[in-house]
Amino acid sequence: MAPRLGPPTGQPAPFRKLYRRAEGRALAGVAAGIAEHLGIPTYAVRIAFVLLVLPSGVGAILYAVFWALLDIDPADRARGKASRHLGQLFIFIAVAVAFQIVLAIAGLSSRYLLAWFLGVVAVGAVLIWRKADDGQRQRWSALTPRYPWLAMILSRDRTATTIRLVGGGLLVLIGLIGFLAATGELSAIRDGLLFGGTLLVGVGVVVAPWLVRIGTDLRNERRERIRSQERAEIAAIVHDQVLHTLALIQRNSDDSREVARLARSQERELRNWLYKPTASPTARIGAALEAVAAEVEDAFAVTVDAVVVGDCDVDDRLLPLVHATREALVNAGKHAKVPTVSLYAEVEPEQVSVFVRDRGAGFDLDTVEDDRHGVRGSILGRMKRHGGRAEIRSSPGEGTEVRLTMQRGAVL
Amino acid sequence: MSDDQNPATGQTPATEPAPARPRVFLVDDHGMFRAGVRAELGPTVDVVGEAGTVGEAVAAIALHVPDVVLLDVHMPDGGGRAVLETVRQTHPQVKFLALSVSDAAEDVIGLIRAGARGYVTKTISATELADAVRRVAEGDAVFSPRLAGFVLDAFTQRNDTPVRDPELDLLTNREREVLRLLARGYAYKEIASELFISVKTVETHVSSVLRKLQMSNRYELSRWAVDRRLV
Repeated sequence: MAPRLGPPTGQPAPFRKLYRRAEGRALAGVAAGIAEHLGIPTYAVRIAFVLLVLPSGVGAILYAVFWALLDIDPADRARGKASRHLGQLFIFIAVAVAFQIVLAIAGLSSRYLLAWFLGVVAVGAVLIWRKADDGQRQRWSALTPRYPWLAMILSRDRTATTIRLVGGGLLVLIGLIGFLAATGELSAIRDGLLFGGTLLVGVGVVVAPWLVRIGTDLRNERRERIRSQERAEIAAIVHDQVLHTLALIQRNSDDSREVARLARSQERELRNWLYKPTASPTARIGAALEAVAAEVEDAFAVTVDAVVVGDCDVDDRLLPLVHATREALVNAGKHAKVPTVSLYAEVEPEQVSVFVRDRGAGFDLDTVEDDRHGVRGSILGRMKRHGGRAEIRSSPGEGTEVRLTMQRGAVL
Repeated sequence: MSDDQNPATGQTPATEPAPARPRVFLVDDHGMFRAGVRAELGPTVDVVGEAGTVGEAVAAIALHVPDVVLLDVHMPDGGGRAVLETVRQTHPQVKFLALSVSDAAEDVIGLIRAGARGYVTKTISATELADAVRRVAEGDAVFSPRLAGFVLDAFTQRNDTPVRDPELDLLTNREREVLRLLARGYAYKEIASELFISVKTVETHVSSVLRKLQMSNRYELSRWAVDRRLV
């Protein structure tokens, strides 16, 4: 233990809450939780409980109360599947049964028997009303805020719930009958039970159809809600983008260039939404090049057929390559006077190559004036400055191809 | 195939060495798109029929037995793939050219592996489409730039991919170069002059890539298939 600073309050520095442990539990993890909280061996706590149970049943009630009130340790829950100490559980049950048999043979049991039956009733009640795990509870309360019990009956985890309800109910019934038999009032109660049972059945017959209908309604409503959420998401896309674009297209219907631009940009948006997980253009070269292509498409009303093979992170060496690619695309969009430009990029282990090609007007590189920044500064010069290579093949009427290569920095 | 009985065109059938106009069948669930393609292709091919559903398409293709089926990838009731698989069982000689708006890798690869001889996007120009149809009719393969990119990507040798069959699982350097040029937007003729080979050789390379694409068990290809439950 690390020495604590400040006045000794008797509390350990981080406040520890008492939890049930899922890992290494025998029954419900109460003993394991207490043992960990107090820092004593688990079996000691378990023996203490057994000792408390045996003579009077107080231990059982105590255990039941702990069980009902304590939560499972969140750390255990996060871990998921937990192992049980089933061996110890059986040993303790065997000891308890043996003890009981000894008591019965000795004829001392009748007084304790009542407590035992009450204990059984308590365990049954705990089983029924025991707190479900948090997730389940949330689902229930979300389903029907006002009738959690109804939701519990209707919930998905039906098998678990059924086992719990039937098992708990049986235990309560056995406990009650045993208790009444032990106190000798069973015969007197029998008529009352019969009456009560008949009444219950009668009410059940009347109420059952109504319950069933409520159940169906709940399920339908939930399904409907999920569906309408999905519809809302799609509607948002369609409404915010597609309808808007269609309206713009109608207004610009005599400008074919603008129509093509709008259609292309909408197509890209939808395609991204449908097929591609979005990657940040600042992080990956594929996304960066596609973002550049999209930008040029929008600005110059051309179609950029972008094909990227392989992918890698964008670093300081590759950023100039992206900028040069943009410049090449801009040039093609501005001067080539053709509707499509091809962009092909390949990421290889040692280098990244980009090819921008159009079948447009083309030009003679020697006749480009020195003060034209686009080609010399932004493409050739930029690539050279950053240690890459750029090559431009073009002739009037044949189209242009810009080839860019950049070595990849420090890979393995 | 050669005895072309087609009074509508008024053309003298197959006396000259030039190949007969390919008989084309259109399958697409959008009537507007079918009409557009029909108008675009009209002068260069024989459109023998069209269908808008999988069922109609299967029946009509069996009736007409066209040279090439232009097949939409996305349709109700199983899409182009359903048509492709059904028809291929009875008429293996019918060739399919997939035509799609989707660029998703699994769609493209799925169709090709099911037996389509090529894939082009619907934004393709009329002359290019006519060219593609002719090429497929002659038994060659047609790759869009994007498909070429996918193939390069799928066949990129990574350290962790085992090569089970080098004959099928690897591309030759020449095939790789051809694919790269295709992805860069080069036409077959341009590829041929760039690599100093004949157009016929380019076509041979592309067909051989298509065969590898269909037969190889490379992990990337199988994965696409598995993802789409296409196995």
